[in-house]
Parts: sequence; C-alpha cells; structure tokens
Amino acid sequence: MKTIESMGNAVLSSLEQTGRTLLLLLIVVYRIVQPPYQFYAIVRQIYFIGARSLSVIIISGVTIGMVLGLQFYNTLERFGSVDILGSAVALSVLRELGPVMTALMVVGRAGSAICAELGIMRISEQVDALECMAINPDKYLVAPKVIAGLISVPLLTCIFSVVAIFGGYFVGVVLFGVSEGSYINGMIDAVVWSDVRLGLVKSFIFGLLVTLICCAKGFYIHLSKSGSLGAEGVSYVTTDAVVISSIAVLFSDFLIGAIL
Amino acid sequence: MNKINIQLVTGMFVVFGILSFSYLAVTVAGASFIEQPGYNLTARFTSVSGLRPGAVIEGAGVRIGTVSSIDFDPESFEAIVEMRINEGVLVQEDAIAAIRTQGIIGEKYIKIVPGGFEELLTDGMEVYETESAISLEELVSRYIFQTEG
Amino acid sequence: MESSPAIAVRDLVVEYGSRRILKSINLDIPLGQISVIMGGSGAGKSTLLRTMLGLKKPTSGEIRVLGTNICSAGARQLEEMRKQMGVAFQGGALFTSMTVGENIQLPLRQHTRLDENTIQIMTRIKLDMVNMMPHEHLMPSELSGGMTKRAALARAIIMDPKLLFFDEPSAGLDPITSAELDELIIKLKESMNMTIVVVTHELESVFKIADRIAILGEGELLMVGTPEEIKASEDPRIVGLLNRTPRQVAVDVDDHLRRLAGKAVEPGIPDEAASPDEPGVPGESASAKTADGESANGKSGNKGAAEGQ
Repeated sequence: MKTIESMGNAVLSSLEQTGRTLLLLLIVVYRIVQPPYQFYAIVRQIYFIGARSLSVIIISGVTIGMVLGLQFYNTLERFGSVDILGSAVALSVLRELGPVMTALMVVGRAGSAICAELGIMRISEQVDALECMAINPDKYLVAPKVIAGLISVPLLTCIFSVVAIFGGYFVGVVLFGVSEGSYINGMIDAVVWSDVRLGLVKSFIFGLLVTLICCAKGFYIHLSKSGSLGAEGVSYVTTDAVVISSIAVLFSDFLIGAIL
Repeated sequence: MNKINIQLVTGMFVVFGILSFSYLAVTVAGASFIEQPGYNLTARFTSVSGLRPGAVIEGAGVRIGTVSSIDFDPESFEAIVEMRINEGVLVQEDAIAAIRTQGIIGEKYIKIVPGGFEELLTDGMEVYETESAISLEELVSRYIFQTEG
Repeated sequence: MESSPAIAVRDLVVEYGSRRILKSINLDIPLGQISVIMGGSGAGKSTLLRTMLGLKKPTSGEIRVLGTNICSAGARQLEEMRKQMGVAFQGGALFTSMTVGENIQLPLRQHTRLDENTIQIMTRIKLDMVNMMPHEHLMPSELSGGMTKRAALARAIIMDPKLLFFDEPSAGLDPITSAELDELIIKLKESMNMTIVVVTHELESVFKIADRIAILGEGELLMVGTPEEIKASEDPRIVGLLNRTPRQVAVDVDDHLRRLAGKAVEPGIPDEAASPDEPGVPGESASAKTADGESANGKSGNKGAAEGQ
C-alpha cells in the first residue's frame, strides 16, 4: 500500500514540477521583452555556457568522429562500400550524434552548474534580495540563461559536427586509406539541407530544454520535496536536474526524429 | 575575468559557431543562399518514388543541377519535377530525364541523357522524354509473375 | 494631527501550511523613527518581516506600506513600492559573482539611466557612509562578517529609500562591530530621515537605537511602546526576555526517568516535590514561547506551566 502511495506522490510531484517549469518558460518569455534589457547578462551566460564548453565539445567531437570512422569502416569494408564512409559519418553526426552528444555535454558542464548556482542563490536569500530591489529574478537571473542556452547549444552542435566529420576523416582517410575524394564527395552528395536542418532544430529544442529544466530545478529549490535547504538540498536538485534533462534530451530526440 | 575579455571570447565563440554552421550548410549540404546562375526546367514522371528535393541532377556522371521541388498533378496523375540546371549546361530538346538509383540501395537522382536535336531547352521549358523511377519490387514481382505465367 | 504611520499592520494572520505563525497582529510603524521588533526564537519576527516586504502572502489581514496594501498589490505596484524600500538581509545576501561596488550599483543600473560617472560617485558616497570605501573592489567572499553587513546596508540605501529594513544586524558580530553598526543606523535615521525597522533580539542594540519597540511572543504582539514603557512592563514574559532568564522547566522525576528509558509518559502522576538534584522551579516559566511552534507533548502531570523539552 505504501509503495503505491509513494508512486502516486512521485507522479503528482513530477506533474507539479513539469507545470512549474513550463510556467517558468512563459514567465521568462513575458519578462525578457520588458526593459531594462539584460544584454550584458546574456553575453555573460553565453560565455559561460557556450565558450567555456568549447574544449569539451571539440575533444568529444573529434573522438566521436574517430569512433564512428572506425566502426563504420569496419562494417562497410565487409560490403566493399567504404567509399560511403564520408556520408555515413556525416549523416550520423548531423542528424543524431551531434545534437544529442552536445546537449548531454552541456548538461554535465553547464547545466549542473546553473542549477547549483540558482539553488544556492535562492537559499542564501539572494533571490529575495533581488525581489526586494524591484529587480525581477526571472528576468535578471533565469531569462539570460535560457536565451544563452538557446543560442549556445546550436552553435556548439555545429562545431561538434564539423570536428566530428574531421575526426572521421582522420580515421578513414589518413589511417585507413579511404580516398579523400570519396570521403568528402560522398559526404557532399549524401547530405542535404534537411539533414542539417534536422540537427539544428534538435539542438535548439535541446538547448531550451536543458537550460529551462536546470534553471527551474535550482530556482525552485525551496519548493522541492527534498526540503533541506542546505548543501544536501543543492546536491539533490542538481543531480536530479542532470538526470531529468538528459532523459528529456533523449526522449525529445526520438520525438523530433519521428515528426520531422 | 573582466568585462572586455568575456565579451571578446564570447564573440569569438559565436563567430566560430556560425562559421561551422556555414561550412555545414553550404559546403556539405550544398545549400545555396544566393541563387546560383542557371535556369529552370520541368519534367513529368509517372513515378518519382524515392526522389527528394535537393537531389542531384547528373549528366555524364557530373553534377549539373539540383532538384528544386516535386509537385503532384492530380489530373494527369503525374509528378512534376522542377529542376535547376547550372549555367552553361546545354540540354537538347530531345534529351531524356531518367530517375536512377545510386548503387543498389542508394539515393535517387536524375540522369540527363543528351539528345540529338540542335534546338536547346531554355528557362521554363519542359523535358518531354522521361523515364520514371524503377522500383526494385516491381521488377522482381514482374519477373516472378512472368515466370509463373 | 497625527501623521499616518509608515507601515500599518492590521489583523495580520500568517500561516505556513497548517501552522499559524502570526495570530492577528496589529501594529503601527511610525514615520521617521527607528522601530525594533523583538522576540524570542520562533516568535514570528522573520515571518512578520517577510510579510512586510511582500515576500510572503498572509492568510488574512493587510499591511499598508506608505499607504498601499502590500499584500494585495499588483506586480507593477509592488515594484514601485519596493523602489522605496531598502532591505539588508541577515546573511547580507550579497551577489557573490560581483564586487562590493557592483553589488551596490545594481539597483542604479537596473532602475535608472544615470551615466557611469554618476553611478560611481553615488556608490562611493554610500560606501563612505558605511566606512567601506577602501573595499569597493573586494568580492563578497573576501569580506568579514561586519564588512558584509555594511556592504549590504550600503546596497540597501543606494536608492535613498524611505523605508529601511534590517534583519538581525548584529547576528554573529563581535560587540564592537555591533556597536558601530548601531551608530550607523542612528546616523542614517538622523541624516536621511529614514524610517527604519530592525528585527533583532540583541538587547543592547535594541535599547540603544530604538524609538519604539514591539515585542512578539508565540505569534502574538505582547507589547508595543517606547523603550521606557517596555522596561517598566511587569509582564513576566517580557521581564524574562529582558533579563535573559532561561526558561525554567519543572520536571517530574519519574516522568524524566521514564522518558530517558524510552517509555511513554503517563499523565496524572501524583504531586512530588522536586528532588534535590533537579533544579526544577515551580510556577510559570519565564517565557511562554516554545521553540519553533512545536509544543512539547511530554507533559508532566503536576504543577502548572511545565514544559518538557
């Protein structure tokens, strides 16, 4: 009986949190278009979410590209079709791995930090202080992060895709001797704008999801069921935020792929 | 991290990102934002199964154009394909536009086989000789039912 | 003609979930004076403050700040009101990613279109008022407790508010720094004619700075008056508060032993004199306040007003 009760509670709590998160999005949209505009805050967040993730993205991008090159070469060689290696790598990266891996990296790097930062600000009354100074915390704290995520993640995804393609190039052409022409041209022939567009749409949605969920978790830490408003509470919501946004990314990846 | 530094790095990051995007879009996907010099031709097919907008148009194995759009004519039950042919490529009046497959399981593309007439097609004209997409299943089922009958 | 109060609290009832923290408070905060709200832990001081600031909506009642009911104010109204209020929070609540100077300037940057020069000058004026001028470029993590409070104060007054709220200014400070802060508060009232509300339980500061004192106990207003009136009060709870008398607990020996052994307590134990080793004192406990509203249920069945904790 207790298990059912706790399951029921969990469902209700999740619904409540989802609703709260969506409301936050609406509030953010409503607030950000009102002056004073937070231009510098947005730039700062783009720096934090985007620019500082560059090294991670490039390293993982090259690595994934190399892994793909390796695995596809392995398989394609058996069918004698190694010349489509370029298109195989490019399509996998552009449509799936680029957006998803980038989003997951951003969750780990920036998402957890955002959640923790907002959580601690809430606990130490900094959010209250903002409110009492007639500075709306949704506009000043949350909105710049969400907008920065919406801008940074697609950009990071493009960078990831490019370096991954080069990673595959390195493995295929340099290491395994696939002809350069067939790699590059195979890629150019096979990839069409709708592939790039799909990856881009995914990355926009992922960027929004990740920043929104991580912001909401931290910002509303005082409403969370964990109760404890201290170090333990912060670590709880942060891990929660990472898990939930990762799952959201994977799930919406499927949805978008199915719809588009 | 002072203000100027942050803005500089952020700006560089954004530029880098946009460059990557441009590389992907233009070089890899072949999207053109400025219309490349060339002209449009149309062609009608009974079946374009598998052909997509943006597909390659080949002549003598070389890329000479792109499929702009594919529409459906409900009255004649045919597919109308808009083709953008690159500048300088000459297509005769009796040339054939055939839908072919790359390899066995590859993507569909349009192959232009040159004709013998002297008159050339210009912007907006239609290629009358067409060969529709060959579907593997139809071939196989034709073969099967031929041998049975 | 009496000038209307800066803040008028009427029949304020505030609950957290099912717990009633403030039970129908009626209070006036006069204009241009320093009012101190005191009370033991769990009496409801912080809740009252938060409600006055508009951070908490009451269950019923109203609070009129400078004439407008802050409890029912719309977002825009609330914003306008808050521009006339300055708050220094208990922990300072300084924004850790900015320097002290940037913290102080934030309201100016958000609400005014002043040029850079003017902003810098105004910042330094306020820094000077709180004796923090040399520390303008330090980060909040580099400040001592007293410096943090002063920085928070400077931020609270940067917009020259009509109302200033101070939540536990002396918390965690050594006596000297605390005294300096008191001087500062008085100076602010006199030089800028501010209405100041201080929430504290630091007795020394209270009597030094207060023009009026309001004492809360268990969610109720025990007394409001001038410092002299408060000192003259004979209410045992107030006397106990002022004299820092620890709460006396009358203990029944058997109950106590049972509790120690982890067994339930039986009510109605016959009267027993306190044993020599128990310093139990009969009669009313000096202060009737319980720690954060949870009443201890382990009552010994004898003598009145005994609390087990």
